Amino acid sequence: MKNLIKDLVESYGPTGFETEVTNKIRTYIADKVDECYVDALGNLIARKKGSGKKVMFSAHADEIGVIVTYIDDDGFLRFSNVGGLNLLTLLGGRVRFANGVIGVIGKEKGELKDLTLDKLFIDIGAATKDEAQKKVSIGDFAVFHREFADLGQRLVAKSMDDRIGCAVLVEAIRRLDHSDHDLYFVFSAQEEVGLRGARTAAYSIDPDLGIAIDVTRTGDTPEAPRMDVSLGKGAAIKVKDSSVIAHPKVKNLMVRLAEADQIKYQLEVLEAGGTDAGAIHLTKSGVPSGTISIPCRYVHSPSEMVDLDDVENCVKLILAICRDSLDEF
Amino acid sequence: MDVKEILANLSEGTGVSGYEHGIADYLEQNCPWADEIRRDKLGNLIMVKRARPAAEQPSRPKVMLAAHMDEIGLIVTKIEDEGFLRFSAVGGIDQRVLLAQEVIVHGKAELPGVIGAKPPHVQAPAERNEAVPMEDLYIDVGYDSKEQLADLVNVGDLATINRKVVRLAGSLMAGKAMDDRAGVAVMLECLKALANMNHIADVYAVATVQEEVGVRGATTSTFGIVPDIGIALDVGHGDMPSVPEHLTISLGNGPGIALGPHVHPNLHKRLVQIAKDWNISYTLEPATRPGGTDAFAIQITQAGIPTALLSIPLRYMHTPVETLNYEDVRKTARLLAQFISELDQEFVEGLKCF
Amino acid sequence: MLLKRLTEACGGPGQEDEVRNLIRGEVKDLVDQVTTDALGNLITVKNGTKAGPKVMIAAHMDEVALMIMSIEKSGLLKFNPIGGIDPRVLVAKTVVVGKNRVPGVIGSKPIHLQRPEERKKPLAIEELYIDIGASKKDEAERMVNIGDLAYFTTEFAAIGPDKFKGKALDDRVGCAMLIDILKDTYQFPLYGAFTVQEEVGLRGAGTAAYQVQPDLALVLEGTTASDVPETPKHQHATSVGKGPCLTVMDSSVIPDPRLVAKLMQLAQQHNIPVQYRRSTSGGTDAGKIQQSRAGVPVAVIALPCRYIHSPAAIASQTDYDHAVKLVKVFLRSLEEEGGF
Repeated sequence: MKNLIKDLVESYGPTGFETEVTNKIRTYIADKVDECYVDALGNLIARKKGSGKKVMFSAHADEIGVIVTYIDDDGFLRFSNVGGLNLLTLLGGRVRFANGVIGVIGKEKGELKDLTLDKLFIDIGAATKDEAQKKVSIGDFAVFHREFADLGQRLVAKSMDDRIGCAVLVEAIRRLDHSDHDLYFVFSAQEEVGLRGARTAAYSIDPDLGIAIDVTRTGDTPEAPRMDVSLGKGAAIKVKDSSVIAHPKVKNLMVRLAEADQIKYQLEVLEAGGTDAGAIHLTKSGVPSGTISIPCRYVHSPSEMVDLDDVENCVKLILAICRDSLDEF
Repeated sequence: MDVKEILANLSEGTGVSGYEHGIADYLEQNCPWADEIRRDKLGNLIMVKRARPAAEQPSRPKVMLAAHMDEIGLIVTKIEDEGFLRFSAVGGIDQRVLLAQEVIVHGKAELPGVIGAKPPHVQAPAERNEAVPMEDLYIDVGYDSKEQLADLVNVGDLATINRKVVRLAGSLMAGKAMDDRAGVAVMLECLKALANMNHIADVYAVATVQEEVGVRGATTSTFGIVPDIGIALDVGHGDMPSVPEHLTISLGNGPGIALGPHVHPNLHKRLVQIAKDWNISYTLEPATRPGGTDAFAIQITQAGIPTALLSIPLRYMHTPVETLNYEDVRKTARLLAQFISELDQEFVEGLKCF
Repeated sequence: MLLKRLTEACGGPGQEDEVRNLIRGEVKDLVDQVTTDALGNLITVKNGTKAGPKVMIAAHMDEVALMIMSIEKSGLLKFNPIGGIDPRVLVAKTVVVGKNRVPGVIGSKPIHLQRPEERKKPLAIEELYIDIGASKKDEAERMVNIGDLAYFTTEFAAIGPDKFKGKALDDRVGCAMLIDILKDTYQFPLYGAFTVQEEVGLRGAGTAAYQVQPDLALVLEGTTASDVPETPKHQHATSVGKGPCLTVMDSSVIPDPRLVAKLMQLAQQHNIPVQYRRSTSGGTDAGKIQQSRAGVPVAVIALPCRYIHSPAAIASQTDYDHAVKLVKVFLRSLEEEGGF
């Protein structure tokens, strides 16, 4: 699975431009599903037909990044954020454009406490505006440029949020032998700017049960803001975040399955943050939904860290859901 | 049951956003005026009262009423090794009202608890001038270790303030969750009144879920009903010191009748007219933003729903001592029942014509 | 002149009546069908001769305004902005209130009676009021109502060799563009949606799109141009006179990149100056339309306007003409190619 993860995290897929990622995912799963298509928002939807309940799994294919808003006379680029960026993680960092151009993020003079996005710029090594315009344009999107690192039990990369979720779904598809249910695996677009892809995908699928797979923060680093989720303590079953209160039936289902199959799990309350379940559960006249979270340190930085055990437990939990009768839905 | 009793029972019941079934159960057992009661996928409780007299006509207008049954509360985020519970809020809570409150933690058992306050003797002088942030608060349930609580409480369990209703002078009463159990009480009183009135519309009285975390229940329940008219019943800011008069509605003066982008002008006019015709006192409640109540979600469902909003005046909103005048609940219910009873097909059809 | 009539009409969020009636009069002979919906959206249809693609073009009718919240004992009116208005642009302006256009002024303390420090602090909304000349509450109550909207009184006029000034350019310029577009004939079904309540949260667009179910949509807007002194170049967002703007990303939507690329390509082909909107803040109806039902490809074409959401905004006539041309060229290419 490490190679699958490396392949996905090192891809280019900022919000709104997920094609490279969804194309790649397609090659991994096309022969294992009955149907595979991309919709109007760029969601990749893969279906394994069945006559039972309609279940929608959703992991988002997009990652946070930056968008060029201006090119100055000296060839420096001004930019805005795509999704939630932590300014401090940008300083001295590198970004990569679709065409491979690399840039460094610098800042104007001034105190860190007064730092705002418009005081930053991207340096792509161009000496003049003309030179810069040959390489990039206003409106181009770039992502963090950082390689995948295998620390053994733990893995570090940019865009673990949510390529690790995509990898979990791909792996579940690969291992799934049979399910009675009508399964939709959605690799959604534009989650980072407001769960947009999941919203329209859920409308067209109209599922009986919705499960998002995404990362969540942990509270297990020195002087961490309080959070009772830790790396290595298992798949996180989300109770609540700002976008959704997990339907009690869904939460209970996941806990029951985890206990029955002895899948390590932990309960999660995330104070700020949302997932595709936030959009899915409000579709049409409502969809019972929940989220399986992969615990992740340093979320929305270029070095997000996950634990392979947790990843494996998330895959197991998804497979358990696919095998269950799901009578209560 | 008198409206005072209904209000007390509803206020003292537990139903934090996402876990409203206790209130839904109570309503199912205490609403004999509905022809049909059902729950939808997110737990919204839909009480349907069909047109009276029973009509064969192919299309009876649908009027949806919405009052949210969820209340704000606390959610356990961590159990400390020494047995104290850390928590965060479900819905908007002013952290300053939590200090020294008694709570009930709804785990596998109902545990009484106290939100501890540092005694003044050990506080530094500067501390006393600052509000205690929520992350520094904790619930003490009287246990000494995390292990002792292992079978009793989990991360994600909910807690509510332990508050019995207080009868104040006159017709005033105070309690927790009057936002929006008062609106739910209005719906019940309205259905009771309609039992003896003729009305051409089918009435869908919906006790919605999860309003406090983003009007979520209203979003999905409205989609499932697609009413011709939607009326949200919620609370509005009652008169109190330190708030400019023009931003509040007085207690005892009947409902606030809202106007603004979220309210269909014909519905507003009709409600005001009926209040005048039947001598029901009211206050106009202008708003520049459509948000803050279920009306926000109802209005933009599918191809759009003509929407209105009635507000029960309430002091000290989102604190455990929310105070209202129960006569306002009665008056709001009367206005609503009269409105429903006087609906005619022409008026309903005219709502799409601008 | 159309823009004059449109910008001088008064219609705030939820009270777009005057604008809606004006537009209805302008379009009724240009289209096959005109309907309104539960929120007051005005939806026009030109059936065309083919079944598709079903195209929706949206422009919003509402402008930012002030809502009368209460009438004081003194006869003065307290108000709150409806839609986003910087309170600093309000002081010492003239307004008209309600359907009867009762004239009023937003007064402030004369300089003679102020302390020097006062002049440095902007007046907050709570300190402002509208004076309609009533000397007590019941006199004022006979003239205006709580809930009435007050509007700026700016007259539309040409300014400089190529520009015009007026109130409500956001989004009467979009409405005017849409009306101009409806004057032509198209093979595909074209829905011109004049939406309501955009300024208080894109409220009308979603319900209009739900009903219409378009295959693709364009949104026509008036957008921020801050190409003025005191704004560093990289914060201009758009520039007046440099052509219509294509949105790449704003707070509500990332328009379909294929649509944006197509528009850019057509602009270059037909020598229409065009610029990218160089800011990601602010939302438009496109956000709601894109997420309607199972999703709709959308793009936003906007006219750069200086000083939007204030009493007097400025835009370029040439930019306007180019914007209309760009949309028409795109619609022709849709006809020829059957898609984009």
